[in-house]
Amino acid sequence: MDTAPSAKLERRAGDGTPTLEASQIVKDFGPLRANDLVDFAIQPGEIHALLGENGAGKSTLVKILYGSLQPTSGEVRWKGQPVVVANPAAARRLGIGMVFQHFSLFDALTVTENISLALEDKHRLDDLARKIETVSEDYGLPLRPSSTVADLSVGERQRVEIVRCLLQEPELIIMDEPTSVLTPQEASDLFKTLNRLAGEGCSVLYISHRLEEVKELCHHATILRHGKVVAECDPAEETAGRLASMMVGADVEALERRAAPSGDHPVRLRIAGLSLSKPHAFATALDDISLEVRGGEIVSIAGVAGNGQDELFDALSGERTAGDANAITINDKPCGANGITARRRLDAGFVPEERLGHGAVPRFKLSQNVVLTRHGTGEGLVRSGVLDFVAARGVVHTVTERFDVRKAAPDPEAGSLSGGNLQKFVVGREYDRRPGVLVVSQPTWGVDAGAATAIRQALIDLARAGSAVLVISQDLDEILEISDRIAVISQGRLSEARVASGITREEIGLLMGGAHDGGGDAH
Amino acid sequence: MNLEGAILTIITAATPLLIAALGELVSERSGVLNLGVEGMMAMGAVVGFATAHLTGEPALGVFASILAGTATAALFGFLTLVLVANQVASGLALTLFGLGLAALIGDAFVSLPGQGLPEINIPILSELPAIGRIVFGQDALVYVGILLTFGVWWFLFRTRAGLILRSVGDNHASAHALGYPVIRVRFMAVLFGGACAGLAGGYLSLVYTPQWTQNMTAGRGWIALALVVFATWLPWRVAAGALLFGAVSILQLHAQAFGVGVPSQFLSMLPYVTTILVLVLISRSSTLLRANTPACLAQPFVPDR
Repeated sequence: MDTAPSAKLERRAGDGTPTLEASQIVKDFGPLRANDLVDFAIQPGEIHALLGENGAGKSTLVKILYGSLQPTSGEVRWKGQPVVVANPAAARRLGIGMVFQHFSLFDALTVTENISLALEDKHRLDDLARKIETVSEDYGLPLRPSSTVADLSVGERQRVEIVRCLLQEPELIIMDEPTSVLTPQEASDLFKTLNRLAGEGCSVLYISHRLEEVKELCHHATILRHGKVVAECDPAEETAGRLASMMVGADVEALERRAAPSGDHPVRLRIAGLSLSKPHAFATALDDISLEVRGGEIVSIAGVAGNGQDELFDALSGERTAGDANAITINDKPCGANGITARRRLDAGFVPEERLGHGAVPRFKLSQNVVLTRHGTGEGLVRSGVLDFVAARGVVHTVTERFDVRKAAPDPEAGSLSGGNLQKFVVGREYDRRPGVLVVSQPTWGVDAGAATAIRQALIDLARAGSAVLVISQDLDEILEISDRIAVISQGRLSEARVASGITREEIGLLMGGAHDGGGDAH
Repeated sequence: MNLEGAILTIITAATPLLIAALGELVSERSGVLNLGVEGMMAMGAVVGFATAHLTGEPALGVFASILAGTATAALFGFLTLVLVANQVASGLALTLFGLGLAALIGDAFVSLPGQGLPEINIPILSELPAIGRIVFGQDALVYVGILLTFGVWWFLFRTRAGLILRSVGDNHASAHALGYPVIRVRFMAVLFGGACAGLAGGYLSLVYTPQWTQNMTAGRGWIALALVVFATWLPWRVAAGALLFGAVSILQLHAQAFGVGVPSQFLSMLPYVTTILVLVLISRSSTLLRANTPACLAQPFVPDR
């Protein structure tokens, strides 16, 4: 605690030994192998990017390094010495700090109090406040120690976490998608701080989806796909497109596609010039989104998380209504100003991304959850205000048979199902209505391969029977497998939907990275 | 009625509210909502009175009332923190339980003469004109109440233990992740709340009206609960609020004595009506409420793994 920051450099005089080295790391979650013989090393003073799609095993690896998870096999070496990182406290004692994507601060307490709670040694609060002031000024992270955290912006909260980290004198800082919640200005301030830290010999492990910023900031990149290291490179020497294709695996063979429908089907879902302001400060505004989905086809929206997918889903489902009724048309009926039940009455169905809490009430039985999405659609589950649970249980039976939902009781609480089984249930519940328009977000999130195939098959079947299906997904393999047309969302803007057979992974990757067809003003 | 006498009675009426509310404030700051204040007060009142009556030692009675309140709170803590029962339901049950058990114990002591706690009269000083008796001639527990206000403020905002207690009430998941014993901190806070409620009850049966009658707490536990919200979880505002409520209850007594042309039932309602009015007014200002409300108030905590 007493060493001045400038003393770090000599202490870390490099002799070629990596700060942290992981070799042959394997982590199994049941039958799923999240990390498969991962080798990884980070040098002193290096800003090292960890890249990969969602589910590629990045967060598993980071949790192992930070002690939140233990590897099934493999070895972690700290400055050349094998270590067992038993828990985050042990990691902190070694000199590993972590700045989380979702902060773990106390809103009602001041900056000083928050930092004090994380320090183990004895100190006086006013001494600590002075130290915070010095360190935060020194690193260009202006903070007022006496501010209450609740009053701080997200960027300032991140500074609190970083300063908290710095006061523990770390030699490796892990940053999990630090810019996903920052404004561009805050992000560029953060980069200055990280460069300064690296200059002092501190290693930075940097996880981000934003390839341009990785190219700008990082010295080295390790790319994970399906739990394996597939490439290492110097990101500055690659194009964003090359990085994206390494992440998604352009070498994957082309998939067999079903016959696309003929063009004379009617448009069943039309989005016309939909713009919506941000619902809260760190959401994404929707900017003039237009898209038509015809009966018989599956249109997918690809994109990196946090580019407006949630906001678009909420606007389509009616959780957030648009001011203009004509912005959204379902089966030729303008419904932009109508709520979710009214849209369901127009023969639409919606499956949100978050299955627990949003897609289903955890403490309700499955039959009760069935009633929740069709209480107002006149499908016979509600008669004169009285619920027909015999019919609802019939639906549960049909859905669980059709989608092979594994459950311990005939009608268990939704929260007792495993994630994959609940996902099959929430998709199956809407599929069972055979809606004319189905909007589904992340249909196979966290679902094993077999179940994912069943869900994708159901979506294809539904479309081929005449429904319009819109899929919002971050899984590019899935999108290429099932889509007839593909659009990409980036920073709240939607690219033109293109026929799936005529678009390459590389092109999608570029669009995802913000290189819009039309404007190059994305940062 | 002279001003000095009025202030004296207001202070004595405010003291039990102040002490009980301070205890509840500490409990709520740690994230535990204990609605059983009324029951704990009743237990403190009856056990304190009985002990003083049987031993002839009012000071021993005060001590016993603290113990009684703490024991009742321990039962609540065990239910809500160890067995993770619902805090609201358990608190209501604790009030019913405490009132009932107090009536049972107190049956033998109804209408017996009490042992009042003597006033502290500092010679000469307490004979000073105007402020003499107010400042220097009160019973010991009034001074305890004042010291407690300062002590609770100092503990919560000036000590590390107080900081940890507030962090537990604000975000129990983060506090747990940092390695603080959430359940133990909350249990201690609940016990402190019980000790204060018991002491407040003892004040009623040993000082305020030195006798035992059933339901002598007369809803003061509920007013103390309302006071904590009224004070937005700040000790100094609790003291101000206690004086306000003390004043209202004394004023209605005097108004009745003077024969104001309002039915006495309406005047008796005044403290309770004031409580409701103040709560409504406070609740209208969400910023005022949100500023200090413990974010984890009444939320059960179950550490994972």
